[in-house]
Amino acid sequence: MTPTLLPSRKTRILALRYVGAIALTLLFLFPVYWLFMISFKTPDEIYHVPPLWVPGQIQFSNYYVLFKDGDVVAIANSLIVAGTSSIVAIILGTLCAYSLARFGTGGENLAMWIISQRMIPPIAVVFPIFLIYVYFGMVDSFFGLILLYTAFNLPYVIWMMRGYIVDVPMELEESALVDGLNRWQVIWKVVFPMVRPGLMATSVFTFVFAWNDFLFALVLTRTEVITFPVQLTHYFGGQSNFWGKIAAMSVLGTLPIFVAVTVMQRYLVRGISLGAVKG
Amino acid sequence: MMSSPAIETTKPARGRTFGRVLEDHLPYLIIAPAILILLLVGLFPLVYSLIVSFQHITMTENDTSFAGLMNYAELFKDTRLWAALGHTAIITVIALPLELLIGFLMAQLFIDRMPGRQLFVALLVLPTVISPIVAGATWRLMFDVRFGPVGQILSFLAGEPVRILWTVNPAYVYPAIIICEVWQWSPFMFLLLLAALSNVDQSQLEAAELDGASYLRVLRAIILPAIAPVVAVACLIRGLDLVRIFDIIWALTEGGPGSMTETISLYTYIQGFSQFETSYTAAIAFLVIALLTVITTLVLKRMELAR
Repeated sequence: MTPTLLPSRKTRILALRYVGAIALTLLFLFPVYWLFMISFKTPDEIYHVPPLWVPGQIQFSNYYVLFKDGDVVAIANSLIVAGTSSIVAIILGTLCAYSLARFGTGGENLAMWIISQRMIPPIAVVFPIFLIYVYFGMVDSFFGLILLYTAFNLPYVIWMMRGYIVDVPMELEESALVDGLNRWQVIWKVVFPMVRPGLMATSVFTFVFAWNDFLFALVLTRTEVITFPVQLTHYFGGQSNFWGKIAAMSVLGTLPIFVAVTVMQRYLVRGISLGAVKG
Repeated sequence: MMSSPAIETTKPARGRTFGRVLEDHLPYLIIAPAILILLLVGLFPLVYSLIVSFQHITMTENDTSFAGLMNYAELFKDTRLWAALGHTAIITVIALPLELLIGFLMAQLFIDRMPGRQLFVALLVLPTVISPIVAGATWRLMFDVRFGPVGQILSFLAGEPVRILWTVNPAYVYPAIIICEVWQWSPFMFLLLLAALSNVDQSQLEAAELDGASYLRVLRAIILPAIAPVVAVACLIRGLDLVRIFDIIWALTEGGPGSMTETISLYTYIQGFSQFETSYTAAIAFLVIALLTVITTLVLKRMELAR
């Protein structure tokens, strides 16, 4: 072997990094693969010893059962609750953020109070909220859950949108005001187009937070507005776990998130770090 | 845009003043709905629960007489509560550094450009966005002693059958929880650290390389100071999440065996929703809030100092 045939040091390092990257990705995605794969297995394949790594064929009976029994209603409920609360939180939160960013309403203290609302652990407020909801008959109602998720997401929306709005050059707004537009028009025609990408990203994360919540839904739903994480835990039972159902329901509850977050890839860092790291 | 002067001339005077009033108070008008909801759903329950925590309310008795600090005094005698705080601390103290370390190593692997990097990052981040209850369920399937792949792989590596009841055996429940937790959240650290590392001043790094500085020295003198603020934020966000850990444990062990993996969130939930110790639960909640406030303030103070 002549030295010229040896790959350069740079190429070897790159090759090593690819090996590492692929190994790492396989390691981290294996559980996801396992979950998806189980959802396509027949019961015989699921409860096979030793475990089978590939289903004999792709079949959808586990999903069919969820549709037949009406369990997919939980996914629909999640969509309604997470969707509506996101829209409301985005509208109210963005307006509030505009006021904080442009007029400095309430000063730094108000902004700090709002973000501190997000630091409160859900377990600390869920119990009093439950008592109040019982009193007003709002347990297991769409309105109750939507209101709760809206409140839960508002600090996040306000904090993120405040960051995006501050980035819009003040001069643009001022010249629009000079041109005779009123504030509402300035917000709608000048600010909104500028912050639209950030707004989209914030909406996606707001949706994901509401979609993934378990504790609030566990406490505040019974039968009518059961969301998918709560429905999922119903399949865990002592001796017999309905694995096919668990896997299929998990996949149904995970796919929308994967799609949404992949689309918003660019905003992931800023979104999940509360804007503390500008990605 | 051109139509606005026309509208003004045709508008009746009253409508115009109404519009004026709207615009004059705009900062407060547009902030009001959001603040109202936050007060209603955020602050009001806290105040209410503060009052309740000084009373005698349980499921059977709606005794609103004041108990003084009785519920709070009770906290100190409650061994199960302190055990739960201990469990929470164990999980946090082990999982957080692990996530940080693994996230850092992952970021190091991807810091230099390589074709397809974007795809790898996108795939690696997926565990983080999965619902924690789904993550717990997934690992419950993975860990199953008969039908799960973890035992199968371990048996293959060991060359003999390995039968570990991950979610039941006291020796393995913590590793099981921490594996699941670290699997889900290391990518979060990875993502944040990758962003932070790519913002490190390249010219400084090159200068250090020219001077022949060792990697460890470069790490200590240039890289770590540069990423410290991001590390602090990441640790704060994850630390607060870990202290309130609930979903993963609910799906994996349900606090068991016995109450061995009961964290403070689980214990609070049990006191409130299966023991119905209303007033006492409220007191626990305030203990949790107090603890978190102290931690957050300390971390924020340190971050200010570091700046």
